[in-house]
Amino acid sequence: MSAGSVPSGYEVNDPGYPTPQENYLTNSKGILSWAFTLDHKRIGMMYLIGVSSAFLLGGLLAIGIRLHLFAPDGVLFNNALFQWLAPDKAPNDIYNQVFTLHGAIMVFLFIIPSIPAALGNFLVPVMLGAKDVAFPRLNLSSFYLWVGGALFFIMALLASGLDTGWTFYTPYSTTTDSSVILATTGAFILGFSSIFTGLNFIVTINTMRPPGMTWFRMPLFLWATYSTSIIQVLATPVLGITLLLLIAERTLHIGIFDPEYNGDPVTFQHFFWFYSHPAVYIMILPAFGIISELISVHSHKRIFGYRFIAYSSIAIALLSFIVWGHHMFTSGMSPITTIIFSALTFTVSVPSAIKVFNWVATMFKGSISLTTPMVYAIAFIFLFTIGGLTGLHLGTLATDMHLHDTYFVVAHFHYVMVGGTVVAFLGGVFHWWPKMVGKMYSEVGGLLSAALVFIGFNLTFLPQFILGSRGMPRRYATYDPEFAPLHQMSTYGALILGVGLFVALFVLLMSLLNGKKAPANPWGGATLEWNCTSPPPFYNFERPPVVGDPYEFGDIRWDTELDRYVKVEPKRERVPVETPAETPAHASE
Amino acid sequence: MATTDAGLASDAHEQPGHGHSDHGHGDHDHPSYLAHHFDTPEQQFDSGKLGMWLFLVTEVLFFSGMFCAYAIFRAWRPEVFEGCSQFLNTKLGAINTGVLLFSSFTMAWGVRCAQKEQHKLLTAMLATTLSCATVFLGVKAIEYSHKWHLGLLPAGLFSYDPSNPHPVGGPNYLAYICAPFALITIGVAIWLVVSFLRGAKFQLECAKPLMVVCLCFFVGVGLGTILESGGDEGHHEDDHAVVASADGTAAEHGDDPSHADGEEHAEHVEPAAEAVAGLPAAGAMSNDSADLAVLERLASDATNTGLQDELAARKAQSERSGGGILYDVSDDASATVASAPENVLRPSRAGVFFSIYYCMTGIHAIHILAGIGVLVWLLVRSIRMDFNRNYFGPVDYVGLYWHIVDMIWIYLFPLMYLIR
Ligand code: HEM
Ligand SMILES: [Cu+2]
Repeated sequence: MSAGSVPSGYEVNDPGYPTPQENYLTNSKGILSWAFTLDHKRIGMMYLIGVSSAFLLGGLLAIGIRLHLFAPDGVLFNNALFQWLAPDKAPNDIYNQVFTLHGAIMVFLFIIPSIPAALGNFLVPVMLGAKDVAFPRLNLSSFYLWVGGALFFIMALLASGLDTGWTFYTPYSTTTDSSVILATTGAFILGFSSIFTGLNFIVTINTMRPPGMTWFRMPLFLWATYSTSIIQVLATPVLGITLLLLIAERTLHIGIFDPEYNGDPVTFQHFFWFYSHPAVYIMILPAFGIISELISVHSHKRIFGYRFIAYSSIAIALLSFIVWGHHMFTSGMSPITTIIFSALTFTVSVPSAIKVFNWVATMFKGSISLTTPMVYAIAFIFLFTIGGLTGLHLGTLATDMHLHDTYFVVAHFHYVMVGGTVVAFLGGVFHWWPKMVGKMYSEVGGLLSAALVFIGFNLTFLPQFILGSRGMPRRYATYDPEFAPLHQMSTYGALILGVGLFVALFVLLMSLLNGKKAPANPWGGATLEWNCTSPPPFYNFERPPVVGDPYEFGDIRWDTELDRYVKVEPKRERVPVETPAETPAHASE
Repeated sequence: MATTDAGLASDAHEQPGHGHSDHGHGDHDHPSYLAHHFDTPEQQFDSGKLGMWLFLVTEVLFFSGMFCAYAIFRAWRPEVFEGCSQFLNTKLGAINTGVLLFSSFTMAWGVRCAQKEQHKLLTAMLATTLSCATVFLGVKAIEYSHKWHLGLLPAGLFSYDPSNPHPVGGPNYLAYICAPFALITIGVAIWLVVSFLRGAKFQLECAKPLMVVCLCFFVGVGLGTILESGGDEGHHEDDHAVVASADGTAAEHGDDPSHADGEEHAEHVEPAAEAVAGLPAAGAMSNDSADLAVLERLASDATNTGLQDELAARKAQSERSGGGILYDVSDDASATVASAPENVLRPSRAGVFFSIYYCMTGIHAIHILAGIGVLVWLLVRSIRMDFNRNYFGPVDYVGLYWHIVDMIWIYLFPLMYLIR
């Protein structure tokens, strides 16, 4: 086996990745074999389809919002068509329902489960070298809980809509006659789905690591998933009880949150943000994990500051529990409390910044290949930095008084959630797509989608920072004419962004039809998932993987003759050639 | 490891078409109770145990929201909590605490039996635990139905009328609660008889303990009834009255601030009572004097530092509005019933205590029900002799769950029943 670019002095030590006859996609057939599957990879794929559909639905609603805001008095919901569709609803009411459902669907149905439940389910056991998650049945039930929650949201949409904003603030949520109960029940169920996923991952990572997979040999994606899971397990129950109490408030009038019955609405805000601030880290931490993998693999360079990145994930997870008050600076907390929360908020940005520095340092002097995933990853660093830094404006008391509830906040959280999480999610999907389906996609198409998403995104949300700082309040269906040009820019941007996302979808789907067959290791990654075939077999590994350093790229070389990455080893003259190190010698202790 | 690795490879080949839920295909070193994706029974046990502990963490956090609500509202309205707590029957609460503690003991013993393969004893322990659980629910049924009857309901539904504490008529709540249990009991009885006649041994073995468990619910109901009515004669009436004053719901005290001298109000269930008798919400006509009295007494305790300020603020506010302090009752609390504006018909502030009481104990009771479900499953498996010294995980995990449910009650009992 002579290898093209394998330098002399090295020899190919490549098991050749035997192709099993069956992989997880083909080992059983029929819709029922999917519906009742306990295989984490299939569950991950079902999640991927599910969350993508939710993303599509939420995205269409977003386009609706942006089209309506094209002119100061609104253009969409006061249009004759809408008046005909919903004659009994005022345009502004429709607007309220559309932005509420957009937010609620995006947060609860898409972004929270996106990376952990879809990519995480697929990757965690494979990266770990395990056969499955610890509780496969619980895993499947998480998925069906997700489906159940989604059905409740759809019922809410069809029944009488929802117009409380995704935050369900009392007292409005106890008085409006839109479908608050259906939607909160949905969110409650989704909460359990999320808890079970988190619980499953924590146990999997703790108890299912094969010999040799020590904590510090774990890929950073696993550290990120682990920290995310901690938040999911610790924060989500509080959301559960809050929503349950809200339902009780509406049905029995328990008077805990509803001032009508001596309750206290600010207590609701505290309860809600006690979950929902950590929840924003449920959204971003797994994205951090993806970026760590992407940057390192596509720069073909060891990740810089592995332990810093790993520990900063845990630090963020813990710190995220003590900053929730920054959402309530204007809700009438005591001044000393606001100061404390403000100070704590700044501390969270430290571990976030550590990560950004480490990624940049990883790229420094790396041999970067500008593949689609890498371009998404670089876009992430850029966009997340803007999002995170504007978070500091909001965490500063004096500026937040002005910026609270304006488009500045909207822009901030879209920079972190879309520019951060969604871009990382897309990058991750492009990165692991060959592994998941066994097909390569068109690189050109992928790059095009990345470019469109980047341009469209910035065009949509940069103007919103300006709008917000000039005083445009959020959640309004109409606005002063002076804001029109910026709003129009934003609408154009949203359309470009939408096109970019459809291009991404198209590229991925086309790969299923005419994609080239994917090799086991298309990018030259060193983590375990690149050790099994693409797509992986039912139990992930044909033979137990040899656990090594996840970021050691020195022994992975591109072989021009074989047209794929191979593992090489320094040639040691005296070692007889007939003992290749492919037997699971290391694996069995 | 080497052997299990071989097992892995053969798994992947042998049964590509199966989920790994189907055990027992006679894989060499994979005992039937060991799921395929685990390598060793220890790994499986550790995973289950860690999973259970994490689940319990989520349970604690789930309840913590309500404990927070409790703390917040109790801090704001100490007098309401103190007053309303007297509505709860301490004897019943204490009995239930004892019952649950005992059930935790039998549960723990059960785990030990499972480890030592004492199958008969394990079954007995599980059945005892279950019986305690149903006794608990029986007593709870008495507590709940009595309160519903009195109108001691969550804030929005609160309709307690101190002038008429024992309204006649109204739905028979106890019957509603008991009906499903009665149906299940009858079902189990039929099952018992049928399996006896058919000589189905295993089924009979299962039905016998379950019969006892079902009947224990009614033991609990009986126990509750005796204790509830036993206490009813003397202090019970008292309680009602004390609450009437403490939560400030009773309009009958009029505007006379000279009454502000503590529990004495209790006796004054008199003239004005008639005036409110026809009111849907008896707590509507709020007056603070009673509140203030309790508050004053609490504030006189120097350790309650925060209360002095609170008291002063309330006095000031009371003078200004003449209305409730804790919430915004209309300015003219003195309005006559006929002309009472809508906002005077506000729910009582006592309601929030009962809201929290029902939320916490109700969700706790749901946990007991869930516990009963899994314990029955364990009971059947124990009769089937599924457990052995290498495989007792489920008993252990359910035990942990049962202890946490028990522990939550241990906190609820003093927080709710023993405020005085
Ligand atoms: C890096 C440090 C971050 C800081 C200092 C920060 C700070 C803040 C502050 C102070 C607010 C409240 C603004 C207001 O309502 O006046 C806010 C809102 C928000 N942030 Fe962040 N943030 C950070 C990162 C993130 C991340 C990573 C996400 C999500 C992935 C996120 C999502 C949100 C959302 C969704 C809101 C708005 C919630 C709403 O009112 O609907 N933030 N942020
Ligand atoms: Cu926040």
